[in-house]
Amino acid sequence: MSTFLTEETTQVTEAAVSTRLSSLDALESEAIHIIREVVAEFEKPALLFSGGKDSVVMLHLATKAFWPGKVPFPVLHVDTGHNFPEVIDFRDRTVERLGLKLVVGSVQEFIDSGELAERADGTRNPLQTVPLLDAITRNKFDAVFGGGRRDEDKARAKERILSLRDEFGQWDPRNQRPELWNLYNGRHTVGQHVRAFPISNWTELDIWRYIERENIELPGLYYAHDREVFARDGMWRAVGEVSQPLPHEEVITKTVRYRTVGDMSCTGAVESDAATVSDVVIEVAASTITERGATRADDRISEAAMEDRKKDGYF
Amino acid sequence: MSTETLPVPGLEAALPTTLFRFATAGSVDDGKSTLVGRLLHDSKAILADTLDAVARTSADRGFGGAGATGTKAIDLALLTDGLRAEREQGITIDVAYRYFATDRRSFILADCPGHVQYTKNTVTGASTADAVVVLIDARKGVLEQTRRHLSVLQLLRVAHVIVAVNKIDLVDFSESVFREIQADVQKVARELGIGSAELGTADHIDDLLVIPVSALDGDNVVDRSERTPWYDGPALLEVLETLPAADEIDTQLESFRFPVQLVIRPQGALAPDAVAAGLDVEAYRDYRAYAGQITEGSVKVGDKVSVLTPGQAARTTTVVGIDFAGESLEEAFAPQSVAIRLAEEFDVARGDTIAAAGTVRESSADLYAALCWLSPKPLREGAKVLVKHGTRTVQALVRSVSGKLDLATFKLEGASSLELNDIGHAQLRLAAPLPLENYLHHRRTGAFLVIDPQDGNTLAAGLVKDHPGDHEDERYSI
Repeated sequence: MSTFLTEETTQVTEAAVSTRLSSLDALESEAIHIIREVVAEFEKPALLFSGGKDSVVMLHLATKAFWPGKVPFPVLHVDTGHNFPEVIDFRDRTVERLGLKLVVGSVQEFIDSGELAERADGTRNPLQTVPLLDAITRNKFDAVFGGGRRDEDKARAKERILSLRDEFGQWDPRNQRPELWNLYNGRHTVGQHVRAFPISNWTELDIWRYIERENIELPGLYYAHDREVFARDGMWRAVGEVSQPLPHEEVITKTVRYRTVGDMSCTGAVESDAATVSDVVIEVAASTITERGATRADDRISEAAMEDRKKDGYF
Repeated sequence: MSTETLPVPGLEAALPTTLFRFATAGSVDDGKSTLVGRLLHDSKAILADTLDAVARTSADRGFGGAGATGTKAIDLALLTDGLRAEREQGITIDVAYRYFATDRRSFILADCPGHVQYTKNTVTGASTADAVVVLIDARKGVLEQTRRHLSVLQLLRVAHVIVAVNKIDLVDFSESVFREIQADVQKVARELGIGSAELGTADHIDDLLVIPVSALDGDNVVDRSERTPWYDGPALLEVLETLPAADEIDTQLESFRFPVQLVIRPQGALAPDAVAAGLDVEAYRDYRAYAGQITEGSVKVGDKVSVLTPGQAARTTTVVGIDFAGESLEEAFAPQSVAIRLAEEFDVARGDTIAAAGTVRESSADLYAALCWLSPKPLREGAKVLVKHGTRTVQALVRSVSGKLDLATFKLEGASSLELNDIGHAQLRLAAPLPLENYLHHRRTGAFLVIDPQDGNTLAAGLVKDHPGDHEDERYSI
């Protein structure tokens, strides 16, 4: 009875392997199932789209889920006003190409109207929550797709695939619905909405292997390029309108690429020669530093930085 | 270009071919988070900055003591305890998902805490798992909690259960201690019907392997240990790399099931401009396909299928196309998401099921089930609830609770209500019939959720049982 793998079960394995899906196909299939469930069960979904690699993969999955139909929901971008110009350009071209509707929530407008105050450290990533919730309420979105992945952060590791948010957009990690089999419970009351994370189970490497396999276009700054940078907080920060070196910070030109694309004021570049998607796959596979640890100042604030932002309604 | 064929030497390790989901279950303080941390650490899934952060926190809390180095000096449990409250209290509160890969497989690990709401967490983790690793503290042996975990896993028909006897270093790698625990585990397994003679079938737990491990030191976790020379079995990771996933077993043994999620009909009257950009609108004027994920078995173009619409007689037709994002497939199998085209223009909608012709019995409005109660709000006879089954949600009335399971003795005892962590039997009357199938034979179409119609919360995990009087294997009386 304690014998392990009899001849019989071994045969089952061999017979079955020939028909098994690869891990990427299995992840793709799971994500498409979730996207279709949300579209079928919610009145008005939207997809958070920043032009970052995870949201680009999400949009690609959505086009596959409804082929030959069009993606049946708008995309929503919370613009910090400090985004990389080439990413905004990429966002607009992508939306145009697919014939989608784009809804923009603007951090700058909230700062201009005095509803949000600029932070002392200059980063605007945490400021995205208010415009995000405002856009969700004003447009009556009841489900918002995000490209969050559980391997990104310890708090995200506890996130559900369908995550209920209250009237204030808050996440209550200690009181989450159990998620059983592939039956997703998205019931919510008026004022509540649901965040849906169809690529929860993907890792950074899965994302890159998928981008390579599907030949998905990304903003150019994900690939190695020469850029004027200066060192701050152990990261290479780009010189730009909102990201200026202090007098003691020396500006040099380096060959860099970005592993995440967020607000210019808190996203750092990594030194890299990975100029093509297959170079990046190799680099990520060999990497010894997490993508957020390497390139996000906002996640270095404390051990619970992401958890605190999520509780307040962040992505 | 497919990455699988990328000719880069040394990159094979980054390109695993299949996905394997497993969960861990254990009691308080048996070192479960440490085991998970050890698997992640030794399979090199923990990147340097994460490890640095854990080492700093470990040192702050005095873990490992003066002079400790390497993994002895870090609290591996901190790798999985993701919430502030968990780190502060040194406990795991909620199921955490972790990811690592070897050159054979990508793993999704659900780390299920053992103390608060243990049934809820174990049921959640086990519902999607191909395998569950149950931990036992070598100093404590089989506890009541162990028996409860094993009976929940048996109820859910997890394909593989592995028992890790942890902290074997704290009993001086004693073979006699291990053998005694192993015998106790096998006794419980026999009582439950885990690991019977019918290996290789999908209907029950196939095998029960007991492994002596030290999560703290790494013995028999990734590599076989020299400190347990009396144990000649595989290390834990070797087992996880070679067991067949549940889909591999199901695909061989079960027949085609496809709950329809939605109808893809871009030229529908309500959406005249809904064809994707770049496609010829005329070419898809009459396109109509049913989108869904295959839950079991496989389907080929030309196959005869039945369309099951609750409340109507099954309609039989032929599959004329299987589409996936512009690709035409000849065959598809679980768990693929596809869109299926049928020969006849039936009225097929979300909530209907397409199945291999003649393999599904009639829909029923009487539901007999085992319920794992997951809510602090108890179940009472006469309650009105919602039942979510496949892609359909219907109202239901709880007609009776016929008993609850004593997880320590595996006996059904009389009960008229179910409370948090209880597992019991109930009879429900559905407002509309559903194509219910016995969970023992169909793990997807035999599963459902019970939902609170007031606040929308999930109240229970439900497993469809045959109606009383139908033939049922006596071993599965729970």
